[in-house]
Amino acid sequence: MSERILSVLVEDKPGVLARVSSTISRRGFNINSLSVGPTNIEGRSKMTIVTELDAVEQVKKQLNKLVNVIKIVELDPNMTIETEVLLLKVSINKDSQTSVIEKASLSNATSVDVGQDFAIFELTGSSKELDKFEALMKPFGIIEMVRGGRIALQSNL
Amino acid sequence: MTKEQLTGAELVIRGLEYLNVSTVFGVPGGAILPAYDPLYDSPIRHILARHEQGAGHMAEGYAQATGELGVVIATSGPGATNLITPLANALMDSTPLLAITGQVASTAIGNDAFQEAYTVGLSMAATKHNYLITDASEIPQVLKEAKFIATTGRPGPVLVDIPKDILNQVAAWVEPGDLDLPGYKPTTEPNPKMVHQASSLIKKSKKPILYVGGGIIHSKANNELFELATKFNIPVVTTLMGRGAFPDGHELCLEMPGMHGNYTATTSIQNADLLIAIGVRFDDRVTANPSFFAQNAKVIHADIDPAEIGKVRDAQVPIVGDAKSVIKGLIEALGDEKLDTKNWVSELKEMKTEFPLSYKQEDKGPLKVPYVLEELQKLTKEEAIVVAGVGQHQMWVSQHWNFTEPNTWLNSGGLGTMGYALPAAIGAKTAYPDKLVLALDGDGCFQMTCQELITASTENIPIKIVVFNNGNHGMVRQWQKIFYNSKFSASELTHDTPDYLKLAESMGAVGLRMMEKSDIEKVFNKMLEINDRPVLVDCVVDPDDMVFPMVPAGGSNDQIIMNEEDLKNL
Ligand SMILES: Cc1ncc(C[n+]2csc(CCOP(=O)(O)OP(=O)(O)O)c2C)c(N)n1
Ligand SMILES: [Mg+2]
Repeated sequence: MSERILSVLVEDKPGVLARVSSTISRRGFNINSLSVGPTNIEGRSKMTIVTELDAVEQVKKQLNKLVNVIKIVELDPNMTIETEVLLLKVSINKDSQTSVIEKASLSNATSVDVGQDFAIFELTGSSKELDKFEALMKPFGIIEMVRGGRIALQSNL
Repeated sequence: MTKEQLTGAELVIRGLEYLNVSTVFGVPGGAILPAYDPLYDSPIRHILARHEQGAGHMAEGYAQATGELGVVIATSGPGATNLITPLANALMDSTPLLAITGQVASTAIGNDAFQEAYTVGLSMAATKHNYLITDASEIPQVLKEAKFIATTGRPGPVLVDIPKDILNQVAAWVEPGDLDLPGYKPTTEPNPKMVHQASSLIKKSKKPILYVGGGIIHSKANNELFELATKFNIPVVTTLMGRGAFPDGHELCLEMPGMHGNYTATTSIQNADLLIAIGVRFDDRVTANPSFFAQNAKVIHADIDPAEIGKVRDAQVPIVGDAKSVIKGLIEALGDEKLDTKNWVSELKEMKTEFPLSYKQEDKGPLKVPYVLEELQKLTKEEAIVVAGVGQHQMWVSQHWNFTEPNTWLNSGGLGTMGYALPAAIGAKTAYPDKLVLALDGDGCFQMTCQELITASTENIPIKIVVFNNGNHGMVRQWQKIFYNSKFSASELTHDTPDYLKLAESMGAVGLRMMEKSDIEKVFNKMLEINDRPVLVDCVVDPDDMVFPMVPAGGSNDQIIMNEEDLKNL
């Protein structure tokens, strides 16, 4: 199954995230990723929802019924700029330090905090790049990690 | 000139008056008390229900009988949670409802304050939309929005939750302005291209069926439907929610299809080459297993809710729009076309004669609900508003009552809510004090909301209730008989507790009883004569009767169980 990306423009009203997520879960639909944030238009937020559903048409229609949902666009994966952010805290010691920093900089991750025995890296990129970086860091001991939801824009819109 | 300063509570009542609300149903309580103060002085009639579920169903009955907004008021916490059932019911059956609930003070929200419930969260999946008011000045505009959302597009319930401090907050009355709802723009006018495509399919069809439901009634499209069906000679099936949208008794009317539909209605769909589905949602009670449903038919599906189209069955021609506009468009597009449906219509006519609804009433035997219903209809001279509960009796009413007008058949179709009938009948009678309103209820259902009989007597709402007393959750018993080896687990009530006559009397109503055939005329005539009080008829009926035809859940509509004999071959 291939991924489908929905870009959902909503009114920035209280409860709108709850309405969207409850509509999705109430219909028994799964989501791979959901992110939400403000847009350049005042009073409007945008959600990016990634799902693997065949039933995406039904999701779109059900979401469209929500009074606070203004517009839903399904993004064409071939013309979509997509990105995700990751923060990763990894253990370091004298032996591993150089190797960790080298691997991180080759992956284009930025170090945002370094302590006695840990380092925190930030990486922005495609989900695949983030996966790869995680795998790279794993042998050193990942202490904690968080990924932001995926966001996307269609390049020709 | 300075603007008039009102409290939030006064803004609520002024707002309802401004929206032409004349009747509200409700139960007061701490958080909503400020609103009850100005309500006392308002021309709006408040009907004090005995339970918020009752109040909610009353508002539904009012709305379903009139086609207009029903309004219910409740307090915070338990008042609001008691409303969840009627809200969910209204959502399923697309009934326009406005619920106003009190909430604990905004400063206390989230603290588990006394009688605090997260009403907006709890009702989110049971409403079309809901609001939490954060400033009294929002009230007039939000009420206008709420009514608009509840009554337009696919109608439904909208809840407005108002914290107590906001009800006491002072703000100016400002007449509500234009609505700003960028995400809510229902499509009512159908795309002419789609209507044209639909008309081409209809022109080619030899076996079309108009499969119509509640959408016809909501859009008041019954006259247009009549014209479409009769002008082009297309048979009509009316779903449970669509009964009365096309007159029973008309030769093109096949009445109800589905699980307990009649043989011809169900089979006509199976044999059709085209379904013209308008204001219906291919509910599982109609389709049974959808893969066996109308396998030879192309589908034109018109609905005001785009999410219904293609949800269960793909449509060759999807049309988003209001039923009335869609049908008008179809009539115009078909012009003077003569459809070649003569054979089809006469084939179905013969089928009706060959496979009628049947029941056996013996002279000395126990009463059968279908017989009692047919006798009752003969005795009622005027067009009644008929309200049913959920169960066997509901199916029998839908099957055997002759509905000829829209909004005369009220029932809980989508949610199947026992306890709906009595309060909904009160709501309908409140809207139409001069009409005959009959609650045809089951004994199980009646016991779920029977306290509302007190509301009917004390508020002087003389409805008539027939309790079909089979001493059982009859529909449950029927399923246990068929699917659980007659193991009657927890389906038995008793036919003499409560004593319905004493119960009626104690609640300010007249109680009558009917046990056998010879009682029917006398008892019903008496019931019909009494108009100064509610009347309850305890109609003792056969506990072992079963509703047929029947297609078991998930079965195929090609295999209709016609009677108890057929069960042996299951
Ligand atoms: C609130 C609620 N609880 C349970 C049910 C399940 N149920 C469906 S029909 C039925 C029996 C109804 O009994 P009664 O009102 O006596 O009607 P009858 O079938 O006997 O005519 C029950 C329990 C329901 N529909 N609604
Ligand atoms: Mg019963």
